[in-house]
Parts: sequence; C-alpha cells; structure tokens
Amino acid sequence: MSADIRIYVTDREGKRHELIATTDMQMNLMEVCKAYELPVEGTCGGMALCASCQCYVESSHPLPERSDDEEAMLAEAFHVKDTSRLGCQILMTTELDGLEIVLAPQE
Amino acid sequence: MIKTDILIIGAGPTGLFAVFEAGLLKLKCHLIDSLPMPGGQCAEIYPKKPIYDIPSHPEIMAGDLIKNLEDQIAPFQPGYTLGESAVSIEKTDDEQFIVTTDQGTKHQAPVVAIAGGLGTFEPRKPPLENLESYEKKGVNYIIKDPEYYRNKKVVIAGGGDSALDWTIFLENVASSVTLVHRRNEFRGALDSVDKVQDLKNEGRINLITPAEVTALEGKNKLEALTFTQEGTSTKLECDYFIPLFGLTPKLGPIANWGLEIEKNAIKVDNSLDYQTNIPGIYAIGDVNTYPGKLKLILCGFHEATLMCQSAFKRIFPDKRNVLKYTTVSGVSGFDGTQKQATKSTIKSIE
Repeated sequence: MSADIRIYVTDREGKRHELIATTDMQMNLMEVCKAYELPVEGTCGGMALCASCQCYVESSHPLPERSDDEEAMLAEAFHVKDTSRLGCQILMTTELDGLEIVLAPQE
Repeated sequence: MIKTDILIIGAGPTGLFAVFEAGLLKLKCHLIDSLPMPGGQCAEIYPKKPIYDIPSHPEIMAGDLIKNLEDQIAPFQPGYTLGESAVSIEKTDDEQFIVTTDQGTKHQAPVVAIAGGLGTFEPRKPPLENLESYEKKGVNYIIKDPEYYRNKKVVIAGGGDSALDWTIFLENVASSVTLVHRRNEFRGALDSVDKVQDLKNEGRINLITPAEVTALEGKNKLEALTFTQEGTSTKLECDYFIPLFGLTPKLGPIANWGLEIEKNAIKVDNSLDYQTNIPGIYAIGDVNTYPGKLKLILCGFHEATLMCQSAFKRIFPDKRNVLKYTTVSGVSGFDGTQKQATKSTIKSIE
C-alpha cells in the first residue's frame, strides 16, 4: 500500500508545485519543502523556534492544533494571518492528501 | 593585532572542537563570534533542548554539549573575540590573513577556518514601513547601555525573555515603559512573567496586549508610534521603540569575501581537507557545502579534525607529522597541564 500523499505548495513567486510526500518517514511540511528544494529555510531545524517555515493553509484539511510553542513563535513572527502555521509542526499523514499551502513572505 | 595559528570564525560546536584538534598539533587558535558567549546556535537557539545523535551521548542538552567542549579545549587556551562579527579579510604579502571585525578588532593568522554555522546572528526586524529610516534615530534592536534610556519614553515589542527582562530593567530607568505583544501569553522565564504582571498591576508599566505596533512617525527622529489593538489604532508618543523579536542568522559579509558560494553556503573540497577556493581559508560545519553534505554537529567535528591536519601542513610544510592517538600520547595543554593514560604496572608472582 502506498503511503504517499500529494500536497500543493505555492511559492513566493506565485508558482504552484505538486509535491509527493511519504507519510511513513515522520516528515513534516518544512522538510518536504526542503526535500524539493523549495526556498524554505527551516533555520532552527524544526523546533518551532524560528518562523522561516511559516505558511498559509488554504485548504480545509484536519490539521493538528497549534502547540504552545507554535502559538508563541507565531505571536512573534511577521506577516501572520489566521491561517498561518509553521510547516515544521505539520506532520505528513494520509489525512493531509491534497493539502494546499502558500509560503509566507521571507522575513 | 591579535596573532594566532588558526583563526576560527564562529564559536559553535564545530569551531570549539577545532581548537582541540589544533591543540593536539600544537597549533593555537583564536575564535571570533558575533554572540556574547561561545556555543553558536546551541547556546542562542536551543540550550535547553536535547540532542540524541552525538556519538556516545545517548542524550545531551545542547548547552551541556557546549560546556563540555569548553572544558575539553580549556588546556589549549583559546582566545576569544566575542560580541563582534568578522566583516573583512585581506591577505598580506607573506601569506597571512588579516580579519577585521565590525568593532575594528584585527586578527592575523596563516590559516582561517570559517565555522560560521548559518551565519551571524542579527536581530529580526518587524516589517514596518520606514522602520529602517528610524534606525539609530529612536529604533534600536539591541540595548547596549541602559543609561541611554534614562528619563525617556520607551516602547518595547516582543513576547520572549529579552522583551520581559528589559521591560523589568528599564522600568527603573526610563520615564515610561510600554510593552506591546501580539497575545496575552508570554514565552519567558516564569519569574519574569510574574514580575511583569506585578509591574502592570502596580501601574508602573503599560502592558498592551494583544496588540501590534503598526506605524512609526517623527520628523528627524522617532516621535510617536501607532499600535493596533483588536482593530483599533492608537497613537502613542515615545522617544524609543525597541523591537525584541530574537535573532536570526544571516551569512552576512562573509558572502563577499570572494569565496565560492552555493545555496547560501561555502563550497569546499570535501575529498581532501574542507578548504575553500581561497587556499588557506577553510570552511567547516554547517557553513560549508559539498556533495552529500549533512548539517550535523558530528559531521562538523570530523570536518574540523581534517581541517586541522591540513592547516598543520600549510603552516609547517617541511615538518613530517603522523596522526597520534590521545590514549597513547595524552594531551599536553598550553597551560602546562598534562593528561596521560596511567602506565600499567608489572609485578611478578613469586
């Protein structure tokens, strides 16, 4: 059984990319973007301690709640919207097949 | 002029460990770092977080890793230029490099090892229109001398430890302190959060949450700012606005040193010694790139070790040297200390 899902990422130039993400490697959204060499820095390595992987979720997929760490970081991030999430906190699961996101501007 | 054998730019784990490997080869090191303390990201971003992939440490806090490295290299008496960033490099006629910091401190060495991680830590700046035009005219990102703010009206923005700590400190100095944060919760030491709560209750500071500074104004210097709270904008007169949103690493001036850069990292020869396209300048740890590169502390340690062997050959081209094992040769510190495995004793059985 294939554990791959498709996600759609619009980069900062407005170009939409279709990415195939595995769900059996504990990959998060930031890591998937990096694996496809999209311009997502992931400076802190995924600890919710920088906002370089901030993105806007455009689809209505069931996402995990924001953790305290993520809330705190987003409260100090810039260009934040209601739909803002840190990519590093979104684990790739089969429920997220078809997820649509837009990368937030670089700080 | 500070003179040394290997000038290391960046005092993170890789740079610190390079001091040890250099010391075994009797080479002295000096480290430059923009942060006020050694440790790089481990100290600045995640000192209290565990690392699980340091060989022989099933689990170690990043801060402890740095402490251990400092202990390990202490016998080799590294020099430090902390709180300053390396901005320029020049080569002398006798094959020496001179590296100057933003404070004008000059360092000279025959070998430079860039262990700069993701770069120099710089303040994160909020995306406010005309923010940069008020820099040094009322907008500061770092508080160097609190006295500067005596009897002034200060507005601080941010929700972490530095915003809380400076609010507490400046309350005694400034004529008024206002803390603006985007939500009611603060991420900081519990003591500091409680203290700020007390100051607010006592009316000694203005706490404005959930709110955001949205505009700055003033003719030749900052005179007022606007904060927006739940859709309502309010103007507030102030002398200083201090956004404290933490630090973020930028490759910075090193990018203009003539080094080959690829994807924000310095290209090195990984088949040999992690030397850059400029002979005598090496790049080790997260700052470098080569086919198959992994940004891991353990890889940085390996790169530092190979760099030191190559640096030795560069500094002493005529000396023949072989790799020595510390278990056999011990560790002879520059401070006169000596670590040595105990010799086995031989006793006969009658």
